[in-house]
Amino acid sequence: MRLVNARPSKGSALALATLPFLVVGTLYVMASMDRLAVNPDDKLLPSLGQMGAAFHTLAVVPDRRSGTLILWADTTASLVRLFSGVGIAATVALTLGIALGFIPRVKATLGAFVAVVSVVPPLAVLPVLFIALGLGETAKIALIALGVGPVMIRDVAQRVAEIPAELVVKAQTLGGNTWTMILRLVLPQVMPRLIVAVRLALGPAWLFLIAAEAIASTEGLGYRIFLVRRYLSMDVILPYVVWITVLAVGTDWLLARLSAAAFPWAHPREAP
Amino acid sequence: MSRLVVKDLAKSYGETRVLERVSVTAAPGEFLSLVGASGCGKSTFLKIVLGQETATAGTLTVDGRPVPPEPTTDRGIVYQRYSVFPHLTVRDNLVLVADLKHGGPLARVFGPKRRTARDEADALLERVGLRHAADLYPASLSGGMQQRLAIAQTLLGRPKILLLDEPFGALDPGIRVEMHALLLEIWAEHRMTVLMVTHDIGEAFKLGTRVLVFDKVRRDPQFPGAYGATITYDLPLDRKTRPAAPTDAGVIPGPVLQRSA
Repeated sequence: MRLVNARPSKGSALALATLPFLVVGTLYVMASMDRLAVNPDDKLLPSLGQMGAAFHTLAVVPDRRSGTLILWADTTASLVRLFSGVGIAATVALTLGIALGFIPRVKATLGAFVAVVSVVPPLAVLPVLFIALGLGETAKIALIALGVGPVMIRDVAQRVAEIPAELVVKAQTLGGNTWTMILRLVLPQVMPRLIVAVRLALGPAWLFLIAAEAIASTEGLGYRIFLVRRYLSMDVILPYVVWITVLAVGTDWLLARLSAAAFPWAHPREAP
Repeated sequence: MSRLVVKDLAKSYGETRVLERVSVTAAPGEFLSLVGASGCGKSTFLKIVLGQETATAGTLTVDGRPVPPEPTTDRGIVYQRYSVFPHLTVRDNLVLVADLKHGGPLARVFGPKRRTARDEADALLERVGLRHAADLYPASLSGGMQQRLAIAQTLLGRPKILLLDEPFGALDPGIRVEMHALLLEIWAEHRMTVLMVTHDIGEAFKLGTRVLVFDKVRRDPQFPGAYGATITYDLPLDRKTRPAAPTDAGVIPGPVLQRSA
């Protein structure tokens, strides 16, 4: 059978999906054991036990100086920043994107401006944000919102423009005006796409979050990683990277489920 | 029931003339079939009547009043595709008509008005044979069922003029015959003025009280866009004297068939 036609069964697909994780995990453990056998104090490739112990300490033992549980304080701080930034970006993208995609005069006025703004590298603007907004939360949230917002605006506008003209004309023949069509035609049709845009934006959003935290912060997942880098604490850095990955995958999964539950018409295959 | 009068209508896209000198009067309750070769401008004509496109020249009146250059509730439309709203269930597609007309800025009617709208929707769904599918989304309906829904939805808007743009073009022949029967029933009930664009000559003669043929009378081989199409044949069909509706192309006059095939 040709490779393109050989489809794995459910069980073998699961086994195949697990394989790369196992390979990387095994290679790491072997390399770590090698190094630790030569030098038990080696910091570069800590054993799973060392990482587990470090992670456990951060998760359940209160910090001696501040009295907080560091992992949870970091996670809360980072997620609040992340979701505030992405939430602001999504809200602006929805309103501005619909206006741009649906109303020709708004597109004529703001289309080129948004296109230009969306190519400004957000990290290059970070110093400006720190100077203008201070080193607090505002600048970090603003960086995330500015980083992912313009692309989301253009994506939403594009999707709105792709709504078949037939539907827009039909809605008008049934008595719709600009506002009621936005409410009953454009908004519902673009919501599933906004969720896709948010899922795609979360990747860059984490990048901007960690960059902002690395530069100026007192707590946060990115801050912690860059703080302990000074002590070569790989036993903290690696579990934190895994933890961030788990959070990102979990968020993505939740958004996918939300879209399938709220907009079944947009997911015909998954519908019961 | 409304009288549609079109006088000296012309439409150009840049240098290309699509339509020129199109004049036609549709009496109240007439069923006009528009036929012609692909790209001859019959769909453009329909879009101009609908208000989706604006004419370059000429006048268009409904009951003596010029039609506004955008779609209104006067004129209903059924397209071949994209005629129903994919994000609403079958019933909600019909309730939407009440929502848009009487729902105010929220575009939603509430309470007794909503119950009335639902009952009206369900009655109409029963009528077009979609009652069992009321809670499904259009994507899970067959092409014929989607078009039934599209027709029902347009009817609920109570248009003075019903425009049909190749409404049955994508359907199987058997389903098409069913749809013809449904459309004729509805037209007999409401006696609205109907304009239907079709590629199917048999359909044009079977359904229409008049068949309009669009074609170019002048051609410039060096510059095909120089001249537009106009109505070359205007064939009134007296339904009362006709024994039965022709069902195939065999009974159609030669020139029309050649031009439109």
